[in-house]
Amino acid sequence: MLDAQVGTPAVTMRGVSRAFRPEGEAPVVALSAVDLTIDEGAFVALLGPSGCGKSTLLRLVAGLDRPDAGKIEAPALASQEIGFVFQDAHLLPWRTVEENVALPLQLRGVNSTAGDHTARVREALREVDLESAARRYPAELSGGMRMRASIARALVTRPRLLLMDEPFAALDEITRHRLDERLHELWREQGLTILFVTHTIFEATFLAQRALVMGRRPGRILRDVILDLPEKREPSLRASPAFMREAQQLLEGLEEASA
Amino acid sequence: MSSESTRAESGALGRALSFSLPPLVAAVIFFAVWEVLVAQLHVKPFLLPAPSAIAKVALAERKLLMAAMQVTAETALAGFGLSAIVGVLVAIVLASSRLVERALFPYALVLQTVPIVAIAPLLVLWFGVGARAVTASAFIVSVFPVITNALAGLRSVDPNLRDLFRLYGASRLARLFRLELPWATPSIATGLRVACGLAVIGAIVGEFVAGFAEDDQGLGIVVLTSYRQLRTDLLFAAVTGSALLGLAMFAGVTVLSHLVLRRWHASAK
Repeated sequence: MLDAQVGTPAVTMRGVSRAFRPEGEAPVVALSAVDLTIDEGAFVALLGPSGCGKSTLLRLVAGLDRPDAGKIEAPALASQEIGFVFQDAHLLPWRTVEENVALPLQLRGVNSTAGDHTARVREALREVDLESAARRYPAELSGGMRMRASIARALVTRPRLLLMDEPFAALDEITRHRLDERLHELWREQGLTILFVTHTIFEATFLAQRALVMGRRPGRILRDVILDLPEKREPSLRASPAFMREAQQLLEGLEEASA
Repeated sequence: MSSESTRAESGALGRALSFSLPPLVAAVIFFAVWEVLVAQLHVKPFLLPAPSAIAKVALAERKLLMAAMQVTAETALAGFGLSAIVGVLVAIVLASSRLVERALFPYALVLQTVPIVAIAPLLVLWFGVGARAVTASAFIVSVFPVITNALAGLRSVDPNLRDLFRLYGASRLARLFRLELPWATPSIATGLRVACGLAVIGAIVGEFVAGFAEDDQGLGIVVLTSYRQLRTDLLFAAVTGSALLGLAMFAGVTVLSHLVLRRWHASAK
């Protein structure tokens, strides 16, 4: 699949640096001269200890922050075909699930009728198996359901590039496994490019084709690992020797990064 | 009807009783003690009338009192409504930038610190005697808590949601109406609950200075005239009326904010 995609990459970064200067403290170099190319249609995990600049990198790709130096190209950003899933669901509490999912369409002012919106919202909810909760308010949902609503909100605009910032970090392990499996299916069905930030080795191994291990002070990419696992990921994969072998690779990288 | 629903109803009734019974009992004891003490100690009625005397005069003068309550309610409500609209608008302007807030907030603070009694004569000069000056007084006294609470709410919007709106290229107006104002609604409701009681105070103080219009005498005027005539029982009745008016407005605002917030906000649960 990697070789099949020819043409412009989904994301290109050249010499990207970003530092933060908290008042009265020494500047923190979140990213230092990062070079990175992500192919169209890839599932890439960004793995690293906290403070290594994973989230900063994601925000830069999304255009929510600007680099101090370097160049970032993401054609999906220019064409507004980008979706972002935050660490927590961050739904609007005064809107029902379906109203939350419709929000991006309303903000974009997509040229379509209200009926069109409804159909797309229903489809996005079906993709995350949340149709039954369409009329409920966020306060009435479990954490896993809220997160699924948040993913439906990101999918409703049919993005080509989906950026996810530790989306399942706050969920229990079983719920997280189930969402990981659904997300992987969605990626296969829709041909998205996904950039997925996590600090969990097993999650990165299960989901991604390629994992970038990042280190801190300064934040940079230490290892670029292609995961040698079947393209279709079954839940049973988590117990297989191949899975353990690939996870071991990432673990070594992460230990180096945290040293 | 199933026995379960009857039990639920009697449960609700029991809860209502357990909430309302203690204050009612306290009130009965309070008024009984008052009644007995006034009679036993032979307190002069113009110093402290007995509760029964107050109730009697309230009943006899109910036409006057009801009319006065209506006059005061109208100006208090008008001042309160102005506070709600102007307060939220001012908060939106102040929230638009830190620089604007720093430049203008001290002047909003002036509204809070200048005693209303001191500016009430000015209001008479500007608006003349009557409802407009009284409304202005109710407004000035009640607008500040609306501004500060709305401002706090607008400032507390989740930064991730701001990012989300930016990601989808939301316009300034979309951000205001679909994110900032709904987010600030619980805070605005808190501000309005404080403001409605203050509006009644502002209206009555306004009437002391500017309320001498021919036909529409508010509670403040009843308080002043009954004081001058040493009709202390009527004065007490008027004070009770103003307390009831404040309570009614508070209850109205509370019910309204509960209806708006109950589906999504913890404060209404």
